[in-house]
Amino acid sequence: MSFVDEFNRLPGIASPRLQAFQRLLEPGHDLEALAARAAQTTRRHFGKTMRLFAPLYLSNECVNNCKYCGFSRDNPIFRTTLSVDQVEAEARYLATEGFRSILLVAGEHPKFVSNGYLEDCVRRLSAFVPSVALEVGPMETEEYRPVVAAGAEGLVVYQETYDRATYDTLHTAGPKKNFDWRLECPERAYQAGFRRIGIGALLGLADWRAEALALAAHCDYLLRHCWRASVTVSLPRLRPAAGEFEPTHPVSDRDFTRLMLALRLTFPQVGLVLSTREPARLRDGLMPLGITLMSAGARTEPGGYTGAGREALHRTERGKIVPLIGTEGEYATEQFAISDDRSAGEIAEKLRSLGLDPVWKDWDRALAHQEQAA
Amino acid sequence: MSTPLAQQPLVIAGRTFHSRLMVGTGKFASPQAMSDALAASGTEMVTVALRRADLSGEGDPFADILDFIDPEKYLLIPNTSGAMNAEEAVRLARLAAAAGLPKWIKLEIHPDPRYLLPDPIETLKAAEILVGEGFTVLPYINADPVLAKRLEEAGTATVMPLAAPIGTNKGLDTKGQLEIIIEQAGIPVVIDAGLGIPSHAAAAMELGADAVLINTAIAIASDPARMARAFAVAVDAGRAAFEMGLPVAGRTARATSPLTGFLDA
Ligand code: SF4
Repeated sequence: MSFVDEFNRLPGIASPRLQAFQRLLEPGHDLEALAARAAQTTRRHFGKTMRLFAPLYLSNECVNNCKYCGFSRDNPIFRTTLSVDQVEAEARYLATEGFRSILLVAGEHPKFVSNGYLEDCVRRLSAFVPSVALEVGPMETEEYRPVVAAGAEGLVVYQETYDRATYDTLHTAGPKKNFDWRLECPERAYQAGFRRIGIGALLGLADWRAEALALAAHCDYLLRHCWRASVTVSLPRLRPAAGEFEPTHPVSDRDFTRLMLALRLTFPQVGLVLSTREPARLRDGLMPLGITLMSAGARTEPGGYTGAGREALHRTERGKIVPLIGTEGEYATEQFAISDDRSAGEIAEKLRSLGLDPVWKDWDRALAHQEQAA
Repeated sequence: MSTPLAQQPLVIAGRTFHSRLMVGTGKFASPQAMSDALAASGTEMVTVALRRADLSGEGDPFADILDFIDPEKYLLIPNTSGAMNAEEAVRLARLAAAAGLPKWIKLEIHPDPRYLLPDPIETLKAAEILVGEGFTVLPYINADPVLAKRLEEAGTATVMPLAAPIGTNKGLDTKGQLEIIIEQAGIPVVIDAGLGIPSHAAAAMELGADAVLINTAIAIASDPARMARAFAVAVDAGRAAFEMGLPVAGRTARATSPLTGFLDA
């Protein structure tokens, strides 16, 4: 049995815990009171700390067409895949900024991002980055194992939307079309030995309350069945990207905040992630309320931190490589536009001003992996 | 003239301590808030999570928690929090020792990242290995009297049973079991986790605990240094009361002049 079975019965037999969660989403609940309780709950379980991480984009090649994503195969964008040396250069840059926790992100492309490549990247980074996690196309359990052995401790996979019909219309081509395969991905990751598992819904694609319930049910399931893993939940909202997809179900700041608070109160010990997709003002406001993990100073294109990978840049048209003309395409195209462009140092400063300690290192290689032989 | 409250010093593994309050160093708003709280607490024993420390020896400024704890003033006890099994805990302990930290280790093995409940089987396994390697081992355990005895037999320096799950602030939830552990122990019993307010700490000491460990309750207080002091006072009060011998609460009222006094007449 996997989460698919429980998911298919939603919203029919939501547990008392999920019903309580749903009630918290109703506008009748006083948001201010929720915020106060959420802030207190967060401090009790996480103390006055905030973990910081940075995404590192390996490749923006992709065989899928996801209507909302700038990396979609059909988008005519500038693409590149970093070599392992270039990945290391980007990670070393992030390490000078302070990051000791890095999330490797890549599109889904069997030619560019194949198994051996991820392993090599992870192994190279593990030597100086205590915590390395992945956000890449879903894989088989057996394919994950060598990546875990190489030193990856976390895997992030967002379902994007939990609405089957919407999912189907948004994913027009590529392996990502398989909804259930993606839905079961966190369980496969757990079986393979990942210690931190991140899930999420891309807000803006379907009714947010329905998404929230499914996401909470997923979280609840993982807590029961993958009890040794730390589960984190992320609520990315759609941002402008190549392809110019417009959210069909925009989520207001107020509803976004309510959702976050409801998650905190329903799952007191689960990590809640906030990315640089959100504007500075909102991020600052949410810092003390329930968020426990933040990215900072993020770039969403491969080579974005150091300019690495530019020599291998190419343009694609409907998936086919076309030569660059003249000086076009100085840089690879980003996945989406970030909103909070403050540096890591500025975010750390802001956290301190709110009485929170920015935690860069909260993991040690010795915890989960054999030390690599020198 | 004021009479000192706690008289008996605490001895762990042959080392004498005058404070019976251990303090954890995670979850503070800043390293400064942490060191102020440590100073105010009067503690002599401080635990620090190895996963937050720089074990590489490269002087990593972004993993600098150890820089804020004066090893002259405090015995620094590394902890293995984050370890899910004996192998990981042992590996961390060895790394800490190799990095020059004291060969004391607060052994924490919790496979469940939510309630952080300790794994008894892996804890015993790791304790046996680490004791064998000459570590002074302070294991964090559930309030399980049999496990406490097994660990003592394995040669651990203390046992550190939980009062309630971490972050719950419930106080002495496991009181009945703690009483048995204390009654049977031949090594110091340090009550750890779940003590949310100073009166919880005082109650733990009145129960006969040898020490308590506090982290979250101090770290998240609006004034951590002041709260640290409040805990210190509560620990002293509870200990002093315990040493004096607490009156046993009677189930029924007892008249000052016995009701059956006429029988002796
Ligand atoms: S969302 Fe992921 S799979 Fe879809 S197009 Fe973008 S990178 Fe590719």
